[in-house]
Amino acid sequence: MSIRSLCLCVAALTLFFARSSPSASSSQPVNHPKRIISLIPAVTEMVYAIGAGPQLVGVGSFDTYPSEVASLPRVGGLLDPDVERILALKPDLVIVYGTQNDLRLQLERAGINQFSYKHGSLAGVMETIRALGIRLGRAEGADRVATDLENRLSAIRGKVSGRVRPKTLLVFGRDALALRGIFASGGIGFIHDMLTTAGGDNVFTDVTRESVQATTELILQRAPEAIIEMRQSVKADEIAAERAVWSTLSSLPAVRTARIYILTDSSLPVPGPRVAQATESIAKTLHPEAFR
Amino acid sequence: MNTTGGTTFQGRRPDIRRRLIITMIAFGIPTVAAIVAAPLVGSTTIDLRRVLDRSVPISENVDAQIFFIARLPRTLAGALVGASLAAAGVVFQGLLRNPLATPFTLGISSGAALGAMLAITFDWTIGFAGLSAVPIASFAGSVGAVAIVYALSVARQRGLSTSVLLLAGVTLNAFFSALILFVQYFADFAETFRTLRWLMGDLDVSSFQPIVAALPLALGAFGLFATLPRALNLLSLGPDSAGTRGIDVTRAQRTAFFSASLATGAAVSVGGPIGFIGIIVPHLVRLLVGSDHRLVLPASALFGAAFLVACDTLARTVISPVELPVGVITALLGGPFFLWLLVRR
Repeated sequence: MSIRSLCLCVAALTLFFARSSPSASSSQPVNHPKRIISLIPAVTEMVYAIGAGPQLVGVGSFDTYPSEVASLPRVGGLLDPDVERILALKPDLVIVYGTQNDLRLQLERAGINQFSYKHGSLAGVMETIRALGIRLGRAEGADRVATDLENRLSAIRGKVSGRVRPKTLLVFGRDALALRGIFASGGIGFIHDMLTTAGGDNVFTDVTRESVQATTELILQRAPEAIIEMRQSVKADEIAAERAVWSTLSSLPAVRTARIYILTDSSLPVPGPRVAQATESIAKTLHPEAFR
Repeated sequence: MNTTGGTTFQGRRPDIRRRLIITMIAFGIPTVAAIVAAPLVGSTTIDLRRVLDRSVPISENVDAQIFFIARLPRTLAGALVGASLAAAGVVFQGLLRNPLATPFTLGISSGAALGAMLAITFDWTIGFAGLSAVPIASFAGSVGAVAIVYALSVARQRGLSTSVLLLAGVTLNAFFSALILFVQYFADFAETFRTLRWLMGDLDVSSFQPIVAALPLALGAFGLFATLPRALNLLSLGPDSAGTRGIDVTRAQRTAFFSASLATGAAVSVGGPIGFIGIIVPHLVRLLVGSDHRLVLPASALFGAAFLVACDTLARTVISPVELPVGVITALLGGPFFLWLLVRR
């Protein structure tokens, strides 16, 4: 394994699992930006949600939502931003990830404003939306979106309150058709917060990391009462087979009561304006009776 | 898994049988001890009486499930992978006449890694006999790498050129690493994280099926290893002098190459490319028993099993409840050892 590929991987991980709250960059906004580039899918969704979609002139290579992004030029991703294309699009604001230091330096040299962002908690999503609104001159619209999300999240909280909270294992990565390479939500981060809001108790609440590699022993010992897997690549006809692989661990309450759920909704792992929708689908999975 | 080394009785060394028996006992005891002790410890405490309690159905006996589903397959996987990689290391070092050769020198691990990356990134769902796509794809990748390296090494001349073998292997390693980067480019972050984790090695097989699938391959390789020690001893004098002492050099080299590759491919499909086992273990064993392959080969297989089982036990207990990748442990021990080996002479 070459050092370079390891470095790339490590960089990718740092990006994915970095935990800190969003923050607007210090550059002084003179006018409200009219030509925006967003490299971060979650923030692209926010830009659309607060009504600034028409100002976007470029998006990152991993952007898929909303469908309007399909017609916009792609300017690379977190690891490989295409600075030349970014500059050629003459943006007046570029939304970057907090760890894209090279890109940030280059934008600074070119005198282009930037809005820097990092994944964090669920509350951080609303914070980012409001900060972005101020930055884009759409504070009111952004506040409406954020308040709406907060209301929807507290409505979910209300619906599930007082109900038995199942001890839940929330899986976001696993080898197909095997109990290997299992990665689950640890006790911090927006995914953990979503689970808690949706009326589940994370079996890894005590692990202060965003992700845990869950070994067979650890899963057996934590004895989850429900298992939720967020796996977008699983097709409808594969779900039964994917659920069946858990039957090996027959002592798990989740296996005995058949509370194993595979969710393929693409909104689930995105800390953007669809978090309420995602949280609701987890809540409906854990507490279907509360939503009748 | 044990081989009886060189079974041919040689007049000049009448005591080889006795030495072999002593060596096997001396290395066998710690190996058996490690395999017996490892399932007893872990991140959780289990009650052995409850594990063996037949009156509780297995589906309600968490202790038994932890023991029989989580720990026992894992320990056996460690033993199989450790023995295979250590023995393959001995054979590659003998074949290439290079003390720094490892089972991964000839591109087998990067071929396997490429297969695993593809399976993880594109979420392949092929699978049979209880095996998932990742081990199958990684084994296929190692077979592909072996085929390419072998084809290159016999292309330009009669017989097998070990120097071409080495150069082709090293080049293929670099080329596959580039392809891996290319595949990684299409992966999202969760997939990237899982592929990186695969590269660090993981023995948490969670069932006996991966072991059962790899066992025939490993046993086949060990069967061939049993025929090799005398040839490897003579090859260490150089192919020309080995030829004059009555061995078919090309045939021995070919057997060594394919058997060691088979063992490596099987091991990597079970546990990922766990580094340094194939170099630390053979050298430690040589320090203890000398350089006669009739002793080094079986002793390395035994010691490799014990060493990896011990490293994995450390990996899963040292920062519990979460665990360190076993490849990190072997690398932390192996890196300094490797450097020491380099400057020792």
